[in-house]
Amino acid sequence: MTVKSVLVIGGGVAGMQAAFDLAEAGIKVCLVEKTLSIGGRMAQLDKTFPTNDCAICILAPKMMDCYRHENIEVLTFSEVISVEGEVGSFKVKILRRPRFIDEEICNGCGDCARVCPMGILNKFDMDLRVRGGAYIPFLQAVPLIYALDREKCMRCGLCKVVCGKDAIQYDQKPEIVEMTVSATIVATGFDALDPSSITEYGYGRYDNVITALEFERLICAAGPTGGHVMRKDGKEVKRIAWIQCVGARDTRDNRPYCCSVCCMHATKEAILTKEHYPEVETYILYTDLRCFGKGFQEYVNRAKDDYGVEYIRGKPGEIREKEDTNLEIFYSPSSDKVEILEVDMVVLCTALIPSEGVEALAEVLGVELDEYKFFKLKDPYNFTETTRDGIFVAGYCQAPRDIPECIAHGSAAASRAMEVVLGGNRNEKSQ
Amino acid sequence: MTEEIRIGVFICHCGINIGGVVDVPTVVEYASTLPNVVHAERNLYTCSSEGLESIKAAIKEHNLNRVIVASCTPRTHEPLFRATCKEAGLNPYLFEFVNIRDQCSWVHMHEPESATEKAKDLVRMGVAKAARLEPLEELTSDVIPSAVVIGAGISGMTAALSLARNGFSVHLIEKEKEIGGMLRNLYRLYPTDELAEEFLEQRIKAVKEHKRIALHLSTSIKAVEGYVGKFKVILDENGVEKSIDAGVIIVATGAQEFEPEGLYEYGGERVITQLQLEEKLKKGDLDWAGIKNVVMIQCAGARGEVVGYCSKICCMNGIKNAKLIKEAHPDINVFIAHNELQAYGEEYELYYRDAKKAGVRFLRFPLERRPQVRRSDGKLIVDVFHERMQLDIPFEADLVVLSVPLVQNPDATQLSKMLKVPLGQDKFFFEAHIKLRPVDFATDGIFLCGTAHGPKDIGESIAQGYAAASRATIPLARGYVHSEPIISSVNEELCVGCGICESVCPYGAIEVVETEEGRRARVTGVKCKGCGTCGSSCIRRAIKMYHFTDEQLMAQERAAVVTEVIS
Ligand SMILES: Cc1cc2nc3c(=O)[nH]c(=O)nc-3n(C[C@H](O)[C@H](O)[C@H](O)COP(=O)(O)OP(=O)(O)OC[C@H]3O[C@@H](n4cnc5c(N)ncnc54)[C@H](O)[C@@H]3O)c2cc1C
Ligand SMILES: Cc1cc2nc3c(=O)[nH]c(=O)nc-3n(C[C@H](O)[C@H](O)[C@H](O)COP(=O)(O)OP(=O)(O)OC[C@H]3O[C@@H](n4cnc5c(N)ncnc54)[C@H](O)[C@@H]3O)c2cc1C
Ligand code: SF4
Ligand code: SF4
Repeated sequence: MTVKSVLVIGGGVAGMQAAFDLAEAGIKVCLVEKTLSIGGRMAQLDKTFPTNDCAICILAPKMMDCYRHENIEVLTFSEVISVEGEVGSFKVKILRRPRFIDEEICNGCGDCARVCPMGILNKFDMDLRVRGGAYIPFLQAVPLIYALDREKCMRCGLCKVVCGKDAIQYDQKPEIVEMTVSATIVATGFDALDPSSITEYGYGRYDNVITALEFERLICAAGPTGGHVMRKDGKEVKRIAWIQCVGARDTRDNRPYCCSVCCMHATKEAILTKEHYPEVETYILYTDLRCFGKGFQEYVNRAKDDYGVEYIRGKPGEIREKEDTNLEIFYSPSSDKVEILEVDMVVLCTALIPSEGVEALAEVLGVELDEYKFFKLKDPYNFTETTRDGIFVAGYCQAPRDIPECIAHGSAAASRAMEVVLGGNRNEKSQ
Repeated sequence: MTEEIRIGVFICHCGINIGGVVDVPTVVEYASTLPNVVHAERNLYTCSSEGLESIKAAIKEHNLNRVIVASCTPRTHEPLFRATCKEAGLNPYLFEFVNIRDQCSWVHMHEPESATEKAKDLVRMGVAKAARLEPLEELTSDVIPSAVVIGAGISGMTAALSLARNGFSVHLIEKEKEIGGMLRNLYRLYPTDELAEEFLEQRIKAVKEHKRIALHLSTSIKAVEGYVGKFKVILDENGVEKSIDAGVIIVATGAQEFEPEGLYEYGGERVITQLQLEEKLKKGDLDWAGIKNVVMIQCAGARGEVVGYCSKICCMNGIKNAKLIKEAHPDINVFIAHNELQAYGEEYELYYRDAKKAGVRFLRFPLERRPQVRRSDGKLIVDVFHERMQLDIPFEADLVVLSVPLVQNPDATQLSKMLKVPLGQDKFFFEAHIKLRPVDFATDGIFLCGTAHGPKDIGESIAQGYAAASRATIPLARGYVHSEPIISSVNEELCVGCGICESVCPYGAIEVVETEEGRRARVTGVKCKGCGTCGSSCIRRAIKMYHFTDEQLMAQERAAVVTEVIS
């Protein structure tokens, strides 16, 4: 059994920052990520508000810094299945799911992916592009180690023939790794709500109603369309509308909270659209504009004044698809009249919810979640502390926040874990 | 130089970021014809694991002793490529970056041919310089294992406590007589409605009792010298001068409320700010008898009126005080005139709903038409523009409360000069990178947290306090820091000790000292940021900038204009 000092669960920006700070301070860290690559949601984004920095360009070096760090062991495609003991000495079991490719041997050449005849929708690209049965989720994936999707694989055996390094192992089994750690940080992030349940907006039924994450992939130069914002029928877009708070600030499904980032990411997406296609008309339909962060108000001003993005107050009641597949949005700017906005693409800024599997993880960790499945705090003013001693929390999984806040939060959780490891702080009352 | 120069050039497509504009294969072909280049290749993403592996493999295979990557920008990627060279056994300073994304494919997006030509020019220039690069060694220096935290509000208290728990001694500097900061003036706190006093009590106790925290009250900073690992902070503590040595510094000086002089009939007992209201609520000396209507005006002075930004906390704070008044005095009408409402996240949206339930009335005005306050027959009237009806609706008010933004403390400018860290356009302290490094300054060893960085609530101030503690713990726990060897050095035979360099250096890294040979300039390596200001001002050409030597730059410049092969 290995002795590590801190376990970090979730390799998004928050988890990576926590792991990195700890490692830089000389503390051994194990970073466990559920998917094939670290990076989290930020890796899927095109640019970032309010500076329009290219997301993957600024994230990729951080991913590499983490992966290459001598004090960080990154376990991808893995999940924590048991945590016992208490602060100072947690006994942890981690399930490593098989990649069916030997991690030590694969050098990421991609020959297996090139010969694989399968075409499977890629989740990273929001199902807008196909990948092989042998694949990496995206080109900058870290680590650059391929995996076989054995559930969908048709067992043709080509990859094994072609792999010059003999890395393919069809009979690889799941493995359980055990370790002891002094403290744990959870940073499991968020998922976007599937808006099909909000039937009045027609997602899933109408071709040109898409989600914001889908839009991020569409407008990304490295995305499925090479950065072209296209309708399903291949026609160019002329008028796009973003709809805010889809499934959020909504008591119907008990999701009254505000996701905190969507007003700004819609603003960003509209600005990017205007940069790519100055003649396209862009509308943002919102309830309250949440522009509270550093530089946000100025960013919104620029969207309005320099780019001509139009902000309309009003929550749409319904969207109807016309015969030509254009869309009519019915909304009321005030309570007594209904107006119609016709566009040819609608982007739904859907509610962001704690990531799938968070309940099971909370049970494993022995911590409580709140009513909306965000990690519950022991003290409402201390965002780092879960209901169990020695288990800290960072990033979106605790409550909605943007990237810089997640990074600060990652560092914050790291300092709490340092208190345990460096200071031997077991029971000094935290504040 | 006796050693044969063997240059490898790696040209990045960056997906289509570069490759979509610049004809990368042509540039590779061109690079391979340049003098000293023994290997040239292209990569889809040079920064991916695959790209880095191919750099390492090529270093071994072709025995490269210089590496050039032509790609995005050294700002984000130079450290990565240098580290890769180092891993392959090459001195990292034998690496040269050529920027063909920002400088070619992005700026000349619509002229692919010229962009390709320019990429060739830049690569040629890079090759000319690379041939003249010299190996350099990183500098290492010790770190004094203690910290100075400036400002003892909740964020500074949090940072100090976490650092102390991490095992380091902390000097917590506060200009007032007591610690606690802004919260000392407040009544109750959102979102729990607990008394600010009770909230502070335990936390102040924890700080005061911690054996590794030394409090310096009624103390101001007079001067700051030194650099990461070895700062010297000169204090004026109650009129007595003291000097403290520390490895790191955290700025947690908070913010203050904007004074809405000349706006909304501000002044007197009946038009007050939220902070003044809190002070009255806390003392309990507000005469409610004569009050039937309270009107709060949001964004007073913010979002384009006086300051440009949104102050993040005033919506919630207005909602809090409105709710508290309504709960205590159900018969008083409480109105909040607002434009947007920043009730973001989980808790705040619910809190806002509670306020509505408690009977607080919300009136929305367009930002272009803010409310007007006027006095008529001894009464206060607030006109709030109703957008749907397109008319001003007058509200009689017995008390008008202005929700004004947080603004920087006036003495922050002085502090920023002493620490040599910047303030942003909004006057708040400006972090190293707005997305990636929220609590670091660009200057090593100095960090920031709380409202000194911009308006934020208590929870976020505490989170940033911990975050700054984490960042500051890194050099303290290691006990040493590395710094870049790209610094200036003085040729003492040429130097005449005129001191021009000393007067221009923005980091105080070069000074004239007496030597046996007379007055000569001397560089403090760890302080030097390699900006080159001294080098370009030295009339004797006595200053050499490592990694940007005259010889290297001249060769690069020559290659810019002379397209013929040079070696
Ligand atoms: C459309 C859109 C656009 C956005 N644009 C911006 C923007 O421009 N600027 C900005 O600042 N913010 C933006 N955001 C918000 C930003 O994406 C988040 O703030 C940030 O990604 C959250 O980081 P995180 O590390 O907390 O979570 P995530 O990025 O979600 O990372 C969590 C990680 O944990 C892993 N994980 C989950 N469960 C487990 C488990 N059980 N075990 C192990 N690992 C697990 C996940 O696979 C993932 O890798 C945007 C969000 C959306 C939806
Ligand atoms: C009216 C009002 C009501 C609020 N209500 C709430 C609420 O209900 N809930 C909530 O979450 N947030 C609330 N806030 C926000 C909250 O006050 C801040 O989040 C918090 O105070 C920030 O803490 P800080 O430590 O960063 O700064 P501060 O509290 O401002 O502390 C900074 C400290 O630094 C000291 N200092 C400054 N300059 C120097 C110097 N040069 N040398 C030495 N010391 C220096 C100051 O004296 C002060 O003690 C409210 C703010 C206002 C204005
Ligand atoms: S090295 Fe730079 S240019 Fe190349 S892929 Fe990475 S970010 Fe893009
Ligand atoms: S927080 Fe609210 S009151 Fe304060 S500036 Fe922003 S929108 Fe205006």
